[in-house]
Amino acid sequence: MSASVVKITQPVEALALGRNGVRVSPIGSRAFLLEATGEFDLASQRRIWALSRAVELWSETLEIVPGMTNLLVVLKMTPEDPELLALRLLDAWEQAESIDLAGRTIEITVTYGGEHATDLAALCDRSGLSDREVIRIHYEGTYRVFALGSAPGFGYLHGLDPRIYMPRKTVPSLNMARGCVTIGGMQTGVAVLTGPNGWNSIGFAELQMFDPMSATPAVMAPGDTVRFVPASIEL
Amino acid sequence: MIEIIQTGPFNTVQDLGRTGFRNIGVTTSGAMDPLALKVGNSLLGNETGAAVLEIQTYPFKLRFAKQTSFVVTGADCGASLDGRMVQPWCALPIEAGQVLELGQPRVGTRAYICIAGGIDVAAVMGSRSTSLRGAFGGSDGRFLSTGDVLKLGEVSTALNFPATGLAVIDPAYALAYVYPANEDGVLLVRAIPAGEHALFGADAERFWMQTWKISTQSDRTGYRLMGEPIKPTTPVEMRSHGVVSGVVQVPPSGEPIIQMADANTAGGYPKIAGVIEADLWRLGQARIGSRLRFVRATHAQAASVEKAVAAFIDDVRSTSRMVCDALQAMK
Repeated sequence: MSASVVKITQPVEALALGRNGVRVSPIGSRAFLLEATGEFDLASQRRIWALSRAVELWSETLEIVPGMTNLLVVLKMTPEDPELLALRLLDAWEQAESIDLAGRTIEITVTYGGEHATDLAALCDRSGLSDREVIRIHYEGTYRVFALGSAPGFGYLHGLDPRIYMPRKTVPSLNMARGCVTIGGMQTGVAVLTGPNGWNSIGFAELQMFDPMSATPAVMAPGDTVRFVPASIEL
Repeated sequence: MIEIIQTGPFNTVQDLGRTGFRNIGVTTSGAMDPLALKVGNSLLGNETGAAVLEIQTYPFKLRFAKQTSFVVTGADCGASLDGRMVQPWCALPIEAGQVLELGQPRVGTRAYICIAGGIDVAAVMGSRSTSLRGAFGGSDGRFLSTGDVLKLGEVSTALNFPATGLAVIDPAYALAYVYPANEDGVLLVRAIPAGEHALFGADAERFWMQTWKISTQSDRTGYRLMGEPIKPTTPVEMRSHGVVSGVVQVPPSGEPIIQMADANTAGGYPKIAGVIEADLWRLGQARIGSRLRFVRATHAQAASVEKAVAAFIDDVRSTSRMVCDALQAMK
């Protein structure tokens, strides 16, 4: 073994290569995160989808995890030259044409209000809207699944009307039920696990979002279109 | 088959994890000390990633229903077989009905009971590891409980271990040349600066310089560290992105969290560093209340440690078969 392995105290600068508002940085030895730091919109996300398709085919790729206008690439082995890898990722981003995924349309039946809508009142206070208006704005929206993550089958939905944006709570609810229809910042989603949750609940959906025994365990996929259909409104 | 006679909470079936589903929000899981799992399986002639029992609460007791062979790797917990001492890292043949017992660990925290053929629970999404968060995989997606009966996998070409056992050198010694030694009882953990490192300004240096204590709020999901808080110079609003185990995130409290085997798949806290893959097993064996310090590393260093570890595991596999075959031939 070479002496360089044992010599571990040599300081190195953080590797964060950037180009045209896009940067690549490492997470540990085997993972690299590419972030498009521009607009948080569908156009940026379509390029992330295109980049995901390209990088997935690299022989050294173990996993890809598309996030919100970013992509995490997990490699099979630690690369000797991380800069080379980062530059390849930046090149791939530049070549990535915007693609639109031909997703399915998923309709989710929701009971708005009621016992699970623990944060509806706070949302009314913040927005200055009535509870009926908040609910109507939510179910009239058309949403796109930008990415999945955080919990099995959880889809981050983009397309929320800015009038009902609501920041995540600084102190999460300790035991939010699976199925709660929630708003977190500029996004909406349906809780897939019962447990601590920092998003704001306005209703409840029965749909099972994840089944580990299924050939396609997650109901949602990036690119899918989601609509919420009010089954009842309990105010 | 094996039968669990006594167990505490948090003991689970684990393999090397459920790779490839982070993009649908599924935690990788897998052994907290993957090196102990790989060495144990390689010594037994199992597939490297065969499922084993990860024990982190004690005492733990099980009965073997049939003749087979096993090894306890990872933490040294003064194991005994029908009351007779069993050395850690030493593969032994076993008769039907014998009882293996593990006590409180003397060194390390997590012990791995590896058995020839591996634990044969159903694979879910390509892995037998327990996903506690998703409540699937392993033994019905939950901790082991007293009375559980687990099947063992088929063994195609069994190794015949001598009655006195066949031991491998504890990797902590065998690989000492690629791992920095503790300094005054402080574990040195190598990490690479991550995306938001520069945003911590002068606090970034304090992150590397100070000694952090592993708090009681630490488990398979993550280790919460205690020390002098570090804060970014300006508040950072991050978009959710994928993370991997080893990522060191800094929540608003300023006390870092290292995500471990059951790491969340996505995160939004600023990341100051990421622990190199090859050092994660040492964290998996670190005790609550013990101290650690982060040491800056490069990808090239990480890659060479990885190679040394892989070569060690290959060596265990080939040597074990060679020795067992030679002993068999001498009979």
